[in-house]
Amino acid sequence: MTIEIPTPLRVYTANQSAVAVDAATISEAVSALLTRYPEFKKHLYTPDGKLRSFVNLYLNDEDVRYLPQREESSVRPSDTLSIIPSIAGGD
Amino acid sequence: MATTTEPVTLPQLSNDEIARYSRHLILPEVGMEGQQKLKAAKVLCVGTGGLGSPLAFYLAAAGIGTLGLVDFDVVDSSNLQRQIIHSTKDVGRPKIDSAAEKLTALNPFMKIVKHETMLTSQNALQIIRDYDIVADGTDNFPTRYLVNDACVLTGKPNAYGSIFRFEGQASVFATEQGPCYRCLYPEPPPPGLVPSCAEGGVLGILPGLVGIIQATEVIKFILGKGEPLIGRLLLVNALDMRFRELKLRKNPDCPVCGTHPTLTQLIDYQQFCGIVPEQKAATMQNGIPQMSVKELKRRLDAGDDLFILDVREPFEYQIAQIGGHLIPLNDLPKRMNELNTAQEIVVQCKSGGRSQRAAEFLAKNGFEKLHNLAGGILAWSSEIDPKVPKY
Repeated sequence: MTIEIPTPLRVYTANQSAVAVDAATISEAVSALLTRYPEFKKHLYTPDGKLRSFVNLYLNDEDVRYLPQREESSVRPSDTLSIIPSIAGGD
Repeated sequence: MATTTEPVTLPQLSNDEIARYSRHLILPEVGMEGQQKLKAAKVLCVGTGGLGSPLAFYLAAAGIGTLGLVDFDVVDSSNLQRQIIHSTKDVGRPKIDSAAEKLTALNPFMKIVKHETMLTSQNALQIIRDYDIVADGTDNFPTRYLVNDACVLTGKPNAYGSIFRFEGQASVFATEQGPCYRCLYPEPPPPGLVPSCAEGGVLGILPGLVGIIQATEVIKFILGKGEPLIGRLLLVNALDMRFRELKLRKNPDCPVCGTHPTLTQLIDYQQFCGIVPEQKAATMQNGIPQMSVKELKRRLDAGDDLFILDVREPFEYQIAQIGGHLIPLNDLPKRMNELNTAQEIVVQCKSGGRSQRAAEFLAKNGFEKLHNLAGGILAWSSEIDPKVPKY
């Protein structure tokens, strides 16, 4: 599946805007991403492994927090996982 | 909210107004009644910069009756790349005066209320209470959370837009049934993680795109027509010209708008966002000694062996540089070996933000003789060598 990386976070993925991973579930996909780009973990996850809440994960157009299986939801190769950070610019 | 059972009397339109708004009046979705609703409406525009410029302009064009403007900033030439409500002759002038003048010129029928102040926890509720809807055009996390919480507490919807480089977000928060900003992002990012427009850059057209979306949502809300962006997050990528939509849910456990709110008054938002108040001429920040540009000049003139590490991008280096060794911030992890831990390193960027992050990173990786050049190359240009261009 594809993981889409938004602009403010591309600093952690060597400027890649999308990363392809093999995974059966969301949490597997995220693990694959973190193995490849360990910098993500430090900045985006709490010490006890929870995604920090200024970032949201979306499976296609659904917030993962509200999926019945949450991060254990199964994914298909055609799915897209999006990481959506908060941005504040406006001036 | 009106509690009377009598119908609200909408203001009449003069013949001049009828002529002005004719293209609205002949649209079934607006019509005379819709235009009267726009005239009756009171909208608060927080910020008259990138987002605020197109927002305020189009609300004025649409015939909003009362537009409140909140801004305490002064027009700078670097604003003119995107803040199209201001002109070259306004540089140095309060933005609120510049904006009000252009809006009155476009639509003299609109009443403008100026709030030349920073929005704070002390004044936000009183200011927002007088309006029907708020459009958030601010540029920092503390104010975003302040506006959100104040809107929820006063029951006023928040037409939200935000931008970063060439990506934008838009939604409508703080309606009774819909989510608020905290439902989406309960927590702000740590300070410095997401650069401001001044540090990260922004495609000039971007706030134009997103600001118009906000204005559209304000107008739709007033008219009661169309599908609002409630429970929907619109994502805009101007480079790809792709628009995506994500579903937003109202969080029943939200501390502000949930079923059992714990936040019932405004808080210290700087503290919430982890921003420590700046001390005057701070000598240390997060363990990194701060060096002023004057101090750098003095030490270079004295022949001290200092290594200036410039962590900006190559295109910035082409615009202006002070002889530093260029390793862009993103490349630092893999190019650290070009640096010598035995040498005293002064880390420099445009204004001191990225260089601080770089210095903190190097400190975690065994470098001990580090300084952050406070104020960056901009401070060097202001205080030491005006021939160095500012950008």
